Amino acid sequence: MIPLITSIIAITLSAGTSLVYATIGEIYTERSGILNLGIEGMMLMSAVTAFATAFHTGSLLLAVLLAMLVGMLLALIHAFLSITMRANQVVSGLSITLFGTGLASFLGQRLGPESNGFNLSGMSAVKFNRLQIEGLGDIPLLGAVFNQDPLTYLVYLLIPVAWYFMYKTKFGLNLRSVGENPQTSDAMGLNVTKIRYLYTIFGGMLVGIGGAHLSLAYTPGWTENITGGRGWIVIALVIFSMWNPSRAILGAILFGGINAVQFRLQASGTDIPSAYLNMAPYVATILVLVLVTVWESHNRKVGPPAALGTSYMREDK
Amino acid sequence: MKKALTVLLVFMLAFSLFAGGQQEGAAEGTDGGDEPFKVAFVYIGIPGDLGWTYEHDRGRKYMVEQLGDAVETTYIENVPEGPDAARIMRQYAQQGYDMIFATSFGYMDPMLEVAQEFPDVYFEHCSGYKTADNMSTYFGRMYQPRYLAGLVAGNATESNVIGYVAAFPIPEVIRGINGFTLGVQEVNPDATVKVVWTNTWYDPVKEREAAVALLDSGADVIAQHQDTTEPQKAAEERGKVSIGYDSDMGQFVGDTVLTSPIWNFGPYYTRVVREAMNGEWETHQFWGGIDTDIVKLAEMSPLVPQPVRDLVDAEREKIVSGEWDVFWGPLKNRKGEVVVAKGEKMTDQEMLNMNFFVEGVEGTLDD
Repeated sequence: MIPLITSIIAITLSAGTSLVYATIGEIYTERSGILNLGIEGMMLMSAVTAFATAFHTGSLLLAVLLAMLVGMLLALIHAFLSITMRANQVVSGLSITLFGTGLASFLGQRLGPESNGFNLSGMSAVKFNRLQIEGLGDIPLLGAVFNQDPLTYLVYLLIPVAWYFMYKTKFGLNLRSVGENPQTSDAMGLNVTKIRYLYTIFGGMLVGIGGAHLSLAYTPGWTENITGGRGWIVIALVIFSMWNPSRAILGAILFGGINAVQFRLQASGTDIPSAYLNMAPYVATILVLVLVTVWESHNRKVGPPAALGTSYMREDK
Repeated sequence: MKKALTVLLVFMLAFSLFAGGQQEGAAEGTDGGDEPFKVAFVYIGIPGDLGWTYEHDRGRKYMVEQLGDAVETTYIENVPEGPDAARIMRQYAQQGYDMIFATSFGYMDPMLEVAQEFPDVYFEHCSGYKTADNMSTYFGRMYQPRYLAGLVAGNATESNVIGYVAAFPIPEVIRGINGFTLGVQEVNPDATVKVVWTNTWYDPVKEREAAVALLDSGADVIAQHQDTTEPQKAAEERGKVSIGYDSDMGQFVGDTVLTSPIWNFGPYYTRVVREAMNGEWETHQFWGGIDTDIVKLAEMSPLVPQPVRDLVDAEREKIVSGEWDVFWGPLKNRKGEVVVAKGEKMTDQEMLNMNFFVEGVEGTLDD
């Protein structure tokens, strides 16, 4: 039983890593009042960039850096459209997803080696391996936490730092106030446009690392549509973390963990039809979403940033 | 002005998807002589998927190689099943294509519709069952090479647990699992095949997680009925072996892929295109076995010992010669009930509707 639980913990954390990066990124973006629905496309683009870079240069560091850059560039397009051009944020985000999905699949067919018809799929490259932390990796159950790849360890650091920055620093307070009430923030002397640009791009950077984790660590390699819709799950995870970075881990564990458990249930020979088990992570996501929303309406403390999805212009009253 | 620019930008972004080179001509040289015979292929995925569409495209290239300048081919990738497919096939027919191949089950009704509008064009549909005067079907008896792969897997397992990552509980997949398991049990009656359903044809992350779950529950050989190489990679990372599917996955993953039951459409494509060119084409429902080479077993990995190779060759010979086939009696389902009596043969219709597991399979199925 203990090895089974250990392996479930291990795969849950590994599966959840890309989700946590993207969720925290999107939380920061949404906290500034910008809704970015382009995550699916951004993750795909950064995944293909990361893998192509690792394949051609053999450098994991460069691969992650370029994936971050691609995430930032796509976020910049979204920021330009929705902040400067004041376009509808839903439409702009969806275009980023369409654009990113198409371009990633196109690049996947062009960036490979000539011997494989310039196709990237089926190739292998350097990847992030699991590193066991001396001493801690052998503890029963908890050992799984300390037997992960470097990007997962980084997530352990990211969560508290992202929480501290948002709730305990002046910058975090500024960020939150811009998302709640841009007019007042402006009156207080904050540069709303600058802050929104900054956190949209910062969010894109984290989404980029999430994409890189998929193609360099979790499912090393490039296959078209490697995300399988995880970019959309992130949007739901943001809502049930209630825009709080420290809760992002819960959503990722819920989604990643139920998937890991349901496959093991199947393998152990249960009688529950597989269709129900496969539905489980999605049903749980919706269920928690509903519960969170209900709970929140009774308890008016936390909710979406009040100005989420709206554009801001100085003259607006 | 600003608004107009925004709208323009958004449209540009959205349409860049379609401008992204979805369609790609692969026209061959057409110099001199008669007008070439024009053939179009409609693909559900991309040739780079290393699986299903990869194999169809390999078949197309083989056919072009065989027939040379006499044919001109094109293909279109990522065509969704449904009305879009009809639109694309109609377009090809209008552009003067003489023959159209559609390579996914969901293209069946759109193709039938278009076939009736263009009686002079030949239509070939993979994996369906509807035909017309100018429309035929083709598919392969994949359960035969799967049985042979089962012999290899049954011999390789030490834990006597073989994991099988499967897409959907439908007859095509169930037939494959049963064929494979009969092979496993032939050489190793103590071994069981554990099935985990992903309910998707294509999701690299899920396929990997399913394979890892099977490895965690004791499997030391991983087989699959999916469209990516992810289960193979998961097995290799754990130092375990696997059996691929669709294409020769050993090429992409390495020697831990012992072998793969694979598709080989080239000879079939060559034959029917040649028949159509010569005016000898007739409506048919082709469900070819291992003897026709449309399905076969890929080159085995060096890890497979010689006695196993000899056994596979002998069993293959029995199937090719018609002396025996995988689902001939006696055959019991996993509840122990006799499904096919000794001396009887399961009919094609029964095989196409197969909805039970044979002895030795563990997994959820409403049987």
